[in-house]
Amino acid sequence: MGRTLAEKVWEQHVVRRAEGEPDLLYIDLHLIHEVTSPQAFDGLRMAARTVRRPELTIATEDHNVPTVLGPISDPVSRTQVETLRKNAAEFGIRLHPMGDAGQGVVHIIGPQFGLTQPGMTIVCGDSHTSTHGAFGAIAFGIGTSEVEHVLATQTLPAYRPKTMAIEVKGELPVGVTAKDLILAIIAKIGTGGGQGYIVEYRGEAVRKLSMEGRMTVCNMSIEAGARAGMIAPDETTFEYLRGRPHAPEGESWDRAVEYWKTLRTDDDAEFDKVVEIDASTLTPFVTWGTNPGQGAPLGSAVPAPEQFGDPVERSAAERALEYMGLTAGTPLREIQVDTVFVGSCTNGRIEDLRAAAEILRGRKVVTRTLIVPGSMGVKKAAEEEGLHEVFKAAGAEWREAGCSMCLGMNPDTLKPGERSASTSNRNFEGRQGKGGRTHLVSPQVAAATAVTGRLTAPADL
Amino acid sequence: MDAFTTHTGRAVPLRRSNVDTDQIIPAVWLKQVSRTGFEKGLFAAWREDPSFVLNDPVYEGASILVSGPDFGTGSSREHAVWALQQYGFRVVIASRFGDIFRNNSTKMGLLPVILPEDVVERLQDAAEADPKTEITVDLAERQVRSGDLVASFEIDDYTRWRLMEGLDDIGLTLRHADAIEEYENGRQPWLPTTV
Repeated sequence: MGRTLAEKVWEQHVVRRAEGEPDLLYIDLHLIHEVTSPQAFDGLRMAARTVRRPELTIATEDHNVPTVLGPISDPVSRTQVETLRKNAAEFGIRLHPMGDAGQGVVHIIGPQFGLTQPGMTIVCGDSHTSTHGAFGAIAFGIGTSEVEHVLATQTLPAYRPKTMAIEVKGELPVGVTAKDLILAIIAKIGTGGGQGYIVEYRGEAVRKLSMEGRMTVCNMSIEAGARAGMIAPDETTFEYLRGRPHAPEGESWDRAVEYWKTLRTDDDAEFDKVVEIDASTLTPFVTWGTNPGQGAPLGSAVPAPEQFGDPVERSAAERALEYMGLTAGTPLREIQVDTVFVGSCTNGRIEDLRAAAEILRGRKVVTRTLIVPGSMGVKKAAEEEGLHEVFKAAGAEWREAGCSMCLGMNPDTLKPGERSASTSNRNFEGRQGKGGRTHLVSPQVAAATAVTGRLTAPADL
Repeated sequence: MDAFTTHTGRAVPLRRSNVDTDQIIPAVWLKQVSRTGFEKGLFAAWREDPSFVLNDPVYEGASILVSGPDFGTGSSREHAVWALQQYGFRVVIASRFGDIFRNNSTKMGLLPVILPEDVVERLQDAAEADPKTEITVDLAERQVRSGDLVASFEIDDYTRWRLMEGLDDIGLTLRHADAIEEYENGRQPWLPTTV
């Protein structure tokens, strides 16, 4: 019987397999940031261990850095960033610190440098590591104990997750984006739907997505509970990679492409589970609740808890409406927001900024609007295209690179009761600041919302 | 990590689903570079509500958290596990867990126990009816017992053995250093390095 993409990549990385034990899996690339690594480095020091392969490791400062120029004013945050610098220097790990041209959100810079390639295993102490699966890599988030394990051994003991295919039939209608697609998928299968699985996104609509769009889809696999998301590499992938600083060159490139072309699910392979979704019926999608599965088409209304048959879902909906300050039956288009955030590892790439700029060109924002490029590389590219002038002319704030308001660790936060339309990935209670209320949206909907002050699709303008 | 064989304690019923790791430990607590002191941040936002179950003095000293489904979804922050342990929890029982949280828990010796939703609700009912109700979580027998309730749970042999022995994963892996080196010698030549 044939094998799935996930099985092929997994098997390629098994260092050791023994009956009754998890596989020992080799890790090709380990991404590090300031928040989930300090205790791991402490652990190494306490056990007098070293980093096995510093040259397969890269560090950046992203989660806890300000997005305005100048030093970090919060002393606790400063200590955390300084700790990463000390650790990177001590263990010989390449670091892109604040202000460096290569700095940025960890899941933006890996692909940007060409370090993320098909068929690799990639881990990071961050759940959105699933982003890199867009290249046909197995990429997943780990905790600090596992960060320490990878630093010390360049491997992880793990059981291979089950495989799930999400078959996206048909084409996405004009004006419907990768973000709308993944939000609709999460609403369909639920926040626990992917637990224990590696998801492979397949079908015509997926093949037509750009690499940026594919990264958006794979990024939010974790919001559906999946350990990882993958898309088989194709010409779109190879074109994106060609010429990037760490992509193979010359003969090496040819050999790599030859191998990458084998990284597809065989026709006779079987998935443990198959889910189908029809792309052609999708419209712009937003969340109304406090978990990413609580979403609905923008053209619909806030649902009534009684609509949910499952008692657990019903009580979650009741609680969500109370926290979000929403009344069942209110059209989603009537929800007023205070802040718009465009950025994050979900939607902080150049294509996302172009999409937002296209809508904001010649218009004015009526909300506080933060545009945070995912990396300094994205920032530079955007400025070369003049996008920053479009944002500033519209009245939006053009910031430095970082995770920013996606997780509210740095000073970019919502105040209690404030409401955002956000291109990030989590609408959890307090995620963007204590008491803050988050609606997850695409960059296009975010930009249109900034213009009207209510949840709005570009077509409504 | 401390070995886990069997544990008997009182339970806190947390009747919420999708208890994500941002609720367990909000991001503002993630700025610390140490491994201690996270108990103060456990459910920090929810604890501001006097009616939140952890604020009820009858549950003081409880060591088993019995939650609704999809506990520990979201962020990979292991700080969530540290916060629960440092507060005094040894076990979390739910019908579904976020994968990364469950993994992190077993690395630290916090036992995640998966039971069917109706059994979880019976345990919650019991802890609400009488907060002194004791629950025994027996890893050796893969069983949860409380009064006349006896429920079996699944956990793979390897993880169970590691928890019962309190073994350090890195030490176990380093026993296979030769296999790692051999694998490294055969890696595809075009794979990137960060230098």
